[in-house]
Amino acid sequence: MATAVQQPSDEPMILLEKVNKWYGDFHVLTDIDLSVKRGERIVICGPSGSGKSTMIRCINRLEEHQAGRIVVDGVELTNDVRKVEAVRRDVGMVFQHFNLFPHLTVLQNLTLAPIWVRKTPKAEAEATAMKYLERVRIPEQAHKYPGQLSGGQQQRVAIARALCINPKVMLFDEPTSALDPEMVAEVLDVMIKLADESNVTMICVTHEMGFARSVADRVIFMDRGQIVEQNTPEEFFSHPQNERTKLFLSQILAH
Amino acid sequence: MSDTAIPTAMPKPIAGPVIWLRANLFANPLNAIMTVLVVWFLVMSLPALLDWLLLDAVFQADSVRECRAAGSGACWAFIGEKHRLILFGLYPYEEQWRPLLVVLLLIAMAGVSCLRRFWTKWLAPMWIATLVVVGILMWGGVLGLSYVENARWGGLPLTMILAFVAIAVAFPLGVLLALGRRSNLPAIRAICTIYIELVRGVPAVSLLFMASVMLPLLLPEGMNIDKLLRAQIALIVYASAYLAEVVRGGLQSLSKGQYEAADALGLTYWQKQRLIILPQALRITIPPLVNTLITVFKDTSLVVIIGLYDLMNAAKASFVDPAWRGSSIEAYVFVSLIYFAFCFFMSKYSQSIEKRLAQSQNR
Ligand SMILES: Nc1ncnc2c1ncn2[C@@H]1O[C@H](COP(=O)(O)OP(=O)(O)OP(=O)(O)O)[C@@H](O)[C@H]1O
Ligand SMILES: [Mg+2]
Repeated sequence: MATAVQQPSDEPMILLEKVNKWYGDFHVLTDIDLSVKRGERIVICGPSGSGKSTMIRCINRLEEHQAGRIVVDGVELTNDVRKVEAVRRDVGMVFQHFNLFPHLTVLQNLTLAPIWVRKTPKAEAEATAMKYLERVRIPEQAHKYPGQLSGGQQQRVAIARALCINPKVMLFDEPTSALDPEMVAEVLDVMIKLADESNVTMICVTHEMGFARSVADRVIFMDRGQIVEQNTPEEFFSHPQNERTKLFLSQILAH
Repeated sequence: MSDTAIPTAMPKPIAGPVIWLRANLFANPLNAIMTVLVVWFLVMSLPALLDWLLLDAVFQADSVRECRAAGSGACWAFIGEKHRLILFGLYPYEEQWRPLLVVLLLIAMAGVSCLRRFWTKWLAPMWIATLVVVGILMWGGVLGLSYVENARWGGLPLTMILAFVAIAVAFPLGVLLALGRRSNLPAIRAICTIYIELVRGVPAVSLLFMASVMLPLLLPEGMNIDKLLRAQIALIVYASAYLAEVVRGGLQSLSKGQYEAADALGLTYWQKQRLIILPQALRITIPPLVNTLITVFKDTSLVVIIGLYDLMNAAKASFVDPAWRGSSIEAYVFVSLIYFAFCFFMSKYSQSIEKRLAQSQNR
């Protein structure tokens, strides 16, 4: 793959304008405006049911928005399947429950999209996959099945799988919240290292505030389908402005 | 956790006939009663059955009267006399090596398809080639083989061809119907749902009947579909609806996360189905799938009602002969054994696959 021509750096990587979404009568997302710069790291937090997952899933169109505009790397998401496919080729996603393919080995999980979507030759795809497995520190598990790995290992495989398509954007939806406590650190380490070593744009829904402090350029707080507050991690944690933010922070820092 | 964990030896497996008996046959009162009942039933029925099948059976005779005079058991002489009629129906006697070859070929291909080693992209072309060879052997008319019209086909090869072709066509069709029933496109979803529910709401017999009686009425004047083809279409229609529902069950058991992960990676709809969804869904559905295949195999015998001489009907024809009238039990036992052999093998095979999959899942 030839490296993409450098875009004008002022064009945002991801742009959401007045995005609205309803589930039936339920208004999940209300007038979401968000602009994410290239290489920016964003952490999204907020109470359960506030629409965090829904919002980031709109970015690769696992969910459809009903009003407003979503533009990813210059491509606006519409019903046009080709545009959706174009966006998905550049956006990797890591899920709370890993969602690895249990009938494929770790290596096959990793090479699937490069081979079928990017049409990379198999040998090359496998070499790339091994490189990413080394980056997430589990090259020795390449020929096992996901069911034979621990939760932390599975999530690191899932991260490697998303990276294998060489994405411009990585979306993480609570990547550590389904893990046993002793495995959270190994996954966060991998994510921090990713942030340090690459310039991929990252949007991460998480309540790991340590991670937010060390990686995020910006923390966004969502409540009831709205972006209530956003700021740099230092300001966000030390001087929250909104009452709901203060309440939320006191709750998650309490335990 | 205890810090005084003494390594305990694995308990020795306790053996011995008495212990085995107690564990397996007399574990509790109900179990004991069942054991006694079963043993009693076997004692009562086995000797009589054995007498009839073997000890009092007659193997050499020229008519059923001779048979009955010679012994009170089964008249296997009848099978000796008529087995070719039962196995091959009215196919020209001199040419019956051709259907025999067809049967062997189909069995061999089925056997090969069961071996994982042969699950490659060559399997489908091999089957197509096999069916072409089957057609050449059965019809003839080329390569110096005399032409045999398919009205004269019958017996085991006919049953096997009906079943194999029905399964081979209905399986992909069923998969498509199952996918269609879960499609996002309302029109496709409606068509598939209506098709499946209509077919499942009707007995197989009436499908065959409709195919043989109604289809010609619906077709334009002068256009005539062969009886065998009509039966084959009816069987395909019937099998595809049932297979579709089995496959749909498998599709439903997959988590939403599998679809989402495939979507997020940018796979197209068909890539997603072929690489992620179907391999998992079909694995889960192997037991009900085989169950349906067994049913389809046995239900080919319903083509009797439109007058095809499949294995079952050929058996019936065999005891029409005045010399052998009254040998129906022997004929039915004979064909039942053939059906049983096929179905037993299928069910054993599905068990072995299930076992292997269970092992590979928690490897
Ligand atoms: N498919 C759906 N149909 C109807 N309502 C839905 C659907 N998916 C989500 N919702 C509702 O939308 C709201 C937002 O859900 P979302 O998953 O985005 O929240 P979240 O902020 O990610 O919460 P959590 O922290 O629990 O993951 C919730 O109230 C949820 O019940
Ligand atoms: Mg969520």
